[in-house]
Amino acid sequence: MINAQAANPFGEQSKLLETVAAWTLGLLWVLPLLYAIWTAFHPAEFATRFSLTAPLSLQNFVNAWHAAPFPRYFLNTFLLVTMILAAQIVLSTMAAYAFARYQFRGSNLMFMLVLMQLMVMPDILIVENYNTMNLLSLRDTILAIGLPYFASAFGIFLLRQTFKTVPRELDEAATVEGASALQTLWKVYVPLAKPIYLAFGLVSVSTHWNNFLWPLIVTNSVESRPLTVGLQVFSSTDQGVDWSIITAATLMTSAPLLLAFLLFQRQFVQSFMRAGIR
Amino acid sequence: MNRIHSPLTPWLLLLPAMVLLLGFTHYPAVATIWHSFFSTPKGANPAVFVGLENYALMIDDPVFWRVLTNNIWFALGTIPVSIALAIMMALWVNDRLAGRGLLRMAFFTPTVLPMIAVANIWLFFYTPQYGLLEQVTQALGLPSHNWLGNPNTVLGSMMVVAIWKEAGFFMIFYLAALQQISPTLAEAAGLEGASRWQYFWRVQFPLLMPTTLFVLINALINSFRLVDHIVVMTKGGPDNASSLLLYYIYEVGFSFWDSSYAAVLTVVLLLVLALVALVKFRILDRRTHYQ
Repeated sequence: MINAQAANPFGEQSKLLETVAAWTLGLLWVLPLLYAIWTAFHPAEFATRFSLTAPLSLQNFVNAWHAAPFPRYFLNTFLLVTMILAAQIVLSTMAAYAFARYQFRGSNLMFMLVLMQLMVMPDILIVENYNTMNLLSLRDTILAIGLPYFASAFGIFLLRQTFKTVPRELDEAATVEGASALQTLWKVYVPLAKPIYLAFGLVSVSTHWNNFLWPLIVTNSVESRPLTVGLQVFSSTDQGVDWSIITAATLMTSAPLLLAFLLFQRQFVQSFMRAGIR
Repeated sequence: MNRIHSPLTPWLLLLPAMVLLLGFTHYPAVATIWHSFFSTPKGANPAVFVGLENYALMIDDPVFWRVLTNNIWFALGTIPVSIALAIMMALWVNDRLAGRGLLRMAFFTPTVLPMIAVANIWLFFYTPQYGLLEQVTQALGLPSHNWLGNPNTVLGSMMVVAIWKEAGFFMIFYLAALQQISPTLAEAAGLEGASRWQYFWRVQFPLLMPTTLFVLINALINSFRLVDHIVVMTKGGPDNASSLLLYYIYEVGFSFWDSSYAAVLTVVLLLVLALVALVKFRILDRRTHYQ
């Protein structure tokens, strides 16, 4: 769908101007990132000096890697996004199925309660949620970072829309065959919603890979800190303002998502589009 | 459809999600309102009911008004610009421009980057003396300027970062919407002798209205929700010139440990979101159907 070409029946005279304008904006848009890449891959003295003869170097990355427990941060983030995604998929699937295929008293009220989360996200209620984590003795754990996001209104909404488009006949046939509700869900609905799961998965992983404020509040040790918080701790402790190293650490932190995006650009853009049309 | 299964089935399916939603969205929202009427418990002193005292404190707090004004300016400054840019970007990458794929990638990449990484890069950009911006101004012979250290330019500088981060994200929704518009409309307009400009304003722009409303709601929520760049770049400074409401809540709650005052501020934030929700349900939901 993304390659559907829009015909241009309005003549070509404005085309050149538009192309130039588009490219100017495009260059302006990647400039900060290119600058960061330049700085990270060159010795510190070239951070602000542009010279084609500047030697390429990975030293900044090596230094950054050794200056802070980045392997641990990577592991924490990996565990975090996996845990959140798994929980979100299971819980959203169950809830969406209930909303899409059952008529029960209070279902509208329940759905309204779900949709409220689209407006009031847990990141806003930081003080109360922090107290709750304290009460549950979960503060400074990876679970505490993820728990408020396990139930995703967005996921429930997206899957409910999809499940509603599944033909009733398939569902009824499964029931007649003696399948239980969960079996029907697993055998009929889930396979048909695969593209939506992929879209939701990409959006969820990138959101939680990038999330910062809540993890910053609820964690305070290396054992539970995700990459974003680790990067903040690293760049705010005085490193003698070595921008090259900080930039290398910054790129390192976003590298997996950035690489995934460069490799699967189409899928990424399409999944955001798919997830966005509601 | 009445199933043969027990009537409890839908409730059991909903149970885990509902418990977590109640626990981390609805309960904390209600608890915030409740706690805003109490004092902050300190050491051996438990919280006592103080009525509207915390609210009176807020009314007299110049920082609160500063932060609220900042946030409104931040929303007014970032949303229209990023929406306009997003529409322009979407039109371009939907057209047969040379290098369309690369352009789309260029515009969208900031969306995938963590805000905290973005903030680090831009911090470097804005650095006095040797940041990139400074290099450009020096080359042009302009005086040096501390963009983040000056109360007059700091909020504007933060807005630029937010626009850069979000325009490409909004572009995606417009791109999706543009592709729903039948190409026959463009052909018809071309045959009628309409210019590109007329076609945009008379056909495309009106058809993009539902998308604009959707994006507007998301942008509004984001402008009150996203503060990562503030933590990294300015910590609200200088002199609260770049502090936003959620950042102030964070500061009050976790630097000053004044949970009651943080609760009052959160109530204000909830009111703002309720207002957005009201607009959403009044206007937006006439067009989209949830059922």
